[in-house]
Amino acid sequence: MSLKLTIKGGMDKDGNPDAVDEIEIEPGEIIGIVGPTGSGKSTLIADIEQFAARDTPSGRSILIDGEEPDREMRTDPRKKLVAQLSQNMHFLADMSVEDFLRMHAKSRGKNGSTASRVIELANTLTGEPIDPRHPLTILSGGQSRALMTADIAVISDSPIVLIDEIENAGIRKQEALRLLAGEGKIVVVVTHDPMLALMASRRIVMRNGGITKVICTTEHEHQVFREIEQVDGWLTRLRETLRQGEVVA
Amino acid sequence: MKLVVVAGTPGSGKTSVLMHTVKDLKRSGLHPALVKIDCMWTEDDVRFKRLEVPVSVGLSRDMCPDHYAIYNIDEMMEWASAEGADVLLNETAGLCLRCAPYPDQCLAICVIDATTGPNTPLKIGPLLTTADVTVMTKGDLISQAEREVFRERILEANPGCRIVEANGLSGKGSSELAEIILGWPDTTGEMVLRHNPPLAICTLCTGELRVSKEHHRGVLRHLNGFSEYTGE
Repeated sequence: MSLKLTIKGGMDKDGNPDAVDEIEIEPGEIIGIVGPTGSGKSTLIADIEQFAARDTPSGRSILIDGEEPDREMRTDPRKKLVAQLSQNMHFLADMSVEDFLRMHAKSRGKNGSTASRVIELANTLTGEPIDPRHPLTILSGGQSRALMTADIAVISDSPIVLIDEIENAGIRKQEALRLLAGEGKIVVVVTHDPMLALMASRRIVMRNGGITKVICTTEHEHQVFREIEQVDGWLTRLRETLRQGEVVA
Repeated sequence: MKLVVVAGTPGSGKTSVLMHTVKDLKRSGLHPALVKIDCMWTEDDVRFKRLEVPVSVGLSRDMCPDHYAIYNIDEMMEWASAEGADVLLNETAGLCLRCAPYPDQCLAICVIDATTGPNTPLKIGPLLTTADVTVMTKGDLISQAEREVFRERILEANPGCRIVEANGLSGKGSSELAEIILGWPDTTGEMVLRHNPPLAICTLCTGELRVSKEHHRGVLRHLNGFSEYTGE
């Protein structure tokens, strides 16, 4: 299932209009959202997640295949087109990992047996393995992120994937992004990370709650991306060496 | 006149959601009046009055606020009618959450805070299970997966209800709520409650302060579930 996502501009925190009237995003595109902290990146992600219809503080609206989605598509998880990996991962739920995943699978109209696949996949992303019998509340930040990443790949498998700052999670970010992006999905990623930002084909720039411009990644930036990728590979190996309690050679 | 009863756990955001909904109702041409029931003290009437709608406060003091709200419904509706209103919004304080202060003909709205965890919908009882609409607040503070699990738990407790995800700060969900209120029929004739309130005629209700069971009369239930009647 693939579809086109349109963001119709709204306004910033002071009521000034967004610099663009609309942004169209085609299936298979990874698009970034960048800007200083507090500039409205998470708000834009939230507008997309709830299919804003001029009823959020930004006044933006979201169209699917050029039309306003009906209410059920906005709210019923069984019909939802959006999966979101958010910064809010506190897990207030007093449940075991397995019970939680089974319940989430049910809410999305999926079979409960998908729970074990989620845990298996999550454990490829995180250091210490997650036990299905563990209470959710004892998971570390990295484990929670890994679990939710795997949940999106398996249970909330949706044509639109929203990611809020995956780089701070202490998980393997490129592998995670590849897992989340899947085939032909639209991926919107909020990031402060140069590699993730340049991996995207375009990036939306935010300031004071508003959209100030949309930049297409240049040929030169693609070149820079390949250089960062090498540096990042080196850093990842160093990090792993130190994590494993070894000495850098 | 339409009757809307808004109940829910303390701090769940009933007043904030209602504030936004009142604005939407006024925009749609309705004339809402508000009655806020609380126990000891409230300042919400000051907040509501800023919306320039008729507001009345009822303090139940040493009585159960839900019981107090229930038998005062007629009086509230008479007052609202005299104020020229066509919809009465009654926000109740809720105390033990075992009461469902919903007459059969009202639009029953239960407000719950999604950050209280997915077991909450199973603990609430008739307040949730007999509601027409469940408003889920503070969903922006948890992950999408947790929100969806919470939603599923609400549907387990009350399969027929409509769920509105609302945000008392941004006003999200209030226009949907206003639309539901607009489509709700007026009340006619005598109303009855959807669910009985808990038995609460005991010696404590009449002011007994001594703890020991020997000082209490009426229907008393032991920890093991055995109920007995002591008295004449």
